[in-house]
Amino acid sequence: MTDAIISVVNPVSETPGGSQFDSESARKQWQVVLRRFLRHRAAVAGSALFALLVLFAFLGGYVWKYDYHQVQLGRYLPPSGEHPFGTGHLGEDMLAQIIRGTQFSLQIAVIVAVAATAIGVVLGAIAGYLRGWVDSLVGRAIDLVLVLPPFVIAAALTRSTFLLEATKAGSQASNWLLVAIYISLISWMSIARTVRGMVLSLREKEFVEAARALGGSTLRIVFRHILPNTVDVIIVNATLTIAQAVLLEAALSFVGLGVQPPDSSLGLLINQNKNDLTLHPWLFVIPFVFIVAISLSVNFIGDGLRDAFDPRQKRVRA
Amino acid sequence: MFRFIIRRVLISIPMLVLASFLCFALTTAMGDPLGEWKLQKPRSPGEIAAAEEAVGSNKPFLERYGNWAVHFAEGDWGKEVVPGDTGLDVKPTVLKAVGITARLVIASEIIALLLGMAVGVIGAVRQYSAFDYTATGIAFTMFSMPLFCVALVIKSLGINVNDWLEKVGLGRWLTTAGPPGEGFNGSLGHQIYQYTGAFILPTICLVSIQFALYSRFQRASMLDVLNADYVRTAQAKGISQARVVFRHAYRNALIPIATVSALNFGSLVGGAVITETVFGWQGMGKLLVDSINHLEPYMVLGFMMTTAVFIIAFNLIADILYAFLDPRIRLD
Amino acid sequence: MTATNGSDPLLAVRDLSVDFGTEDGVVHAVRNVSFSLDAGEVLGVVGESGSGKSVSSMAIMGLLPKTAEVTGSIRFRGEELVGLSFREMRPFRGNGISMIFQDPMTSLNPVFTVGWQLAEAYRAHHEVSKRVALAKAVDILELVGIPQPDRRAAQYPHEFSGGMRQRAMIAMSIINDPDVIIADEPTTALDVTVQAQILETLLRIRSETGAAIIIITHDLGVVAGMVDRVQVMYGGTVVESGTVDDVFETPRMPYTVGLLGSMPNPELLGKRLTPITGAPPSLMNLPNGCTFNPRCPLVAAECHESEPELSATGQEAHLTRCHRWIELTQVPDPRTLFTHTEIGADEDPDQSAQQHQAVGSNQTVADAEENPVA
Repeated sequence: MTDAIISVVNPVSETPGGSQFDSESARKQWQVVLRRFLRHRAAVAGSALFALLVLFAFLGGYVWKYDYHQVQLGRYLPPSGEHPFGTGHLGEDMLAQIIRGTQFSLQIAVIVAVAATAIGVVLGAIAGYLRGWVDSLVGRAIDLVLVLPPFVIAAALTRSTFLLEATKAGSQASNWLLVAIYISLISWMSIARTVRGMVLSLREKEFVEAARALGGSTLRIVFRHILPNTVDVIIVNATLTIAQAVLLEAALSFVGLGVQPPDSSLGLLINQNKNDLTLHPWLFVIPFVFIVAISLSVNFIGDGLRDAFDPRQKRVRA
Repeated sequence: MFRFIIRRVLISIPMLVLASFLCFALTTAMGDPLGEWKLQKPRSPGEIAAAEEAVGSNKPFLERYGNWAVHFAEGDWGKEVVPGDTGLDVKPTVLKAVGITARLVIASEIIALLLGMAVGVIGAVRQYSAFDYTATGIAFTMFSMPLFCVALVIKSLGINVNDWLEKVGLGRWLTTAGPPGEGFNGSLGHQIYQYTGAFILPTICLVSIQFALYSRFQRASMLDVLNADYVRTAQAKGISQARVVFRHAYRNALIPIATVSALNFGSLVGGAVITETVFGWQGMGKLLVDSINHLEPYMVLGFMMTTAVFIIAFNLIADILYAFLDPRIRLD
Repeated sequence: MTATNGSDPLLAVRDLSVDFGTEDGVVHAVRNVSFSLDAGEVLGVVGESGSGKSVSSMAIMGLLPKTAEVTGSIRFRGEELVGLSFREMRPFRGNGISMIFQDPMTSLNPVFTVGWQLAEAYRAHHEVSKRVALAKAVDILELVGIPQPDRRAAQYPHEFSGGMRQRAMIAMSIINDPDVIIADEPTTALDVTVQAQILETLLRIRSETGAAIIIITHDLGVVAGMVDRVQVMYGGTVVESGTVDDVFETPRMPYTVGLLGSMPNPELLGKRLTPITGAPPSLMNLPNGCTFNPRCPLVAAECHESEPELSATGQEAHLTRCHRWIELTQVPDPRTLFTHTEIGADEDPDQSAQQHQAVGSNQTVADAEENPVA
């Protein structure tokens, strides 16, 4: 059987890419990246799906006739023309609920990605560039936060009143932003590690020495010279963080430790109806499908970006 | 190598202390354990003072931390303190729950790892084949899925299977709700029957997602290695391609995934928490969620510290494994 | 050393072509390359990146990916290698023909000891016990000049210096007493002082074992000191070949002239370097006619029409692929063909103008001096 597996293998070597010697008009970097991205069918499909989801979540409310407030429309009605996603235990229209839930889930996920990336990039860059005790400190901080499962930390945090008061970002009326903050606090570590690694190796390169010789300040060197070289990896990482954040938030909301009413989210929707799932499967299946749709489309986009920035082909040394 | 291990072990100890501080801070930030009780009905200052004295919440933070830490190290993990709760002893409760969860987590990790490695390697070696595309598709889908949804689906599938089994006269094998009985009785065969019936569904849940992660990771690291110069050198020596792939390439591709799987333990515990909630197990999951909801500080602490110890231990294992597999980092 | 039939070359490559199908089009990495190699000969293959030198040697070893289409003939000791499967090539690889790669830092497997890796190379082609193979490994390490070979054999590659690693690679390539050793830029990644030692080691191996060596490099200095014959590659094919003296002293192809002139050389003290303007051609979109015509100072109409054949130049075994090689012989100082003026730095504008005029048209320089175009 090993023969069957092995015998079809490419004896691996490098394949040449013509683009190194493209004597036609020199294409700009981002155009090349875009072209490669567009060749990645899954990524394009993912982008389309994600765009649709965004439109659905943020514009759907204006278009659809039922509002998320409305109840008593007929309890537990299965999906039909009148209620494409059925109704729930209060007689509320599920399509309206899903629109709203998707909205919140997306908001939280994107904020988490932005915040976690910001924290991670800054800490990682500082640690990687300055090294020494700063690096150790950041490293210890990362290790410390990783000591507990992210889920556990987030769960504990969501009950915490102290952050509530400190930020005044939450009140009983709106807590989705808080949840986003908590999840960000446990999502920055892998980006930080990655950026730190890249900065560590980039700082040894000659262009950094050159910048230093020309009198560049530390801040300038880091931000204008080193970080632009890490942008590719950061973007890919940030994209994938969106997917992870959606899943984490859904899990938290499902156990009741995430988003609370009056805010909504896809995980919360499943939670609110969790005792009725076997009898009324649409109350589970539809939010489930939406969660997977968000996560899957983002994962595809991230994969496409990763391939677009750095395709696995190498150039042959002819 | 030996000194390397000793050093890592020594670093783990202050890590543990710091972790305990973090856990305590988190737990304290969670809220006042007496909060609910205070709101139930108006309490006289005397009552409040007495209750606070009993719980210890009238003392300053550091003193409380010190108190707890010392007791904890000695083996006294405290009790449930919120008035109205059953006053369970923390340590035996947590340890029993840990035992249940540990079995689930370790079994899942091993299966997911073996499957993931196999699929990842085959996918890399046969890149762009039908197998590769299928495996990639499945992997992508699986790790885009929220675990609790997968658990819910598997649970209801399990109920259907049970129904069918009952109809054909084999009895309900799978346990879809309730704790896996520690009282596995009867003959060995029967015990295995009960044990697998209880564990198989949650294990499938955890494995399905972890396997997706590991297979992608293994595939990526295998592809990296297959493109490496030393693989070309190995081929140039005239050895068989099988040997090149397994001896040379895989041996190197093993390094990142071995360490990642050890470090992934934390997320596995998180996953177990969710799965147990869905299946109604009396494991760490239910324990944690309940304690957090009731604001039971010592229970939450007991849970957190146990998890922390496990994770630190696995980090240590990861480091040692890495040094063992990669001679380049066995410095000094 | 294996005796070969007196007149048959050890390695005969005829019309070797390698095409790669890529998403952007077909890349003609190697086009109609022909050469032969006799036992004990040292052949230098010179060219820039993209000239096809590495791909052709990978083709000889059978190490190209499945996306490569190889046509033509490679005959090693009379046996045809083109068309053999990966498994069918195994008895040759590392045994009759072996290869040394460019970057010693990454060419050795970091997780196995050097001795183990050498022993593996030996056991791939000899039925011996591990102990015997390991002993042989130690012997070979000594042969390539590594001190304390027994201690070193038990060490990992990262414990070796760059030069030692390359010696270990050489050891790996000679452990099975090959007839042909292909060295692909063996010294490029090394310090200059170490380079000399490595080359000297290779030559010593040649004289002790009688193996033939193909040394691929872009460094003409390496070539000058070491090889018997030289082969210049450009645009995927051979553009000039001959003995090293002939090619270096009387180059018959403008590209070779440009190459020689662009390298720093003590003889040129005080004179300008003359790099070749432009860039190597895209192997997907080769120019019509001679591939060098966009950059050639001697270019004429016929150069755009057809690609020249590799043809004899009067000197023995000195072949060139140029329509205008005869005109080239008539240029007194061919290096000057490549001088180009920098802004404000032209020392003798009249002479430069004359030269540029002369070579631009179909006149010879002699003609131009007689009939100057004002």
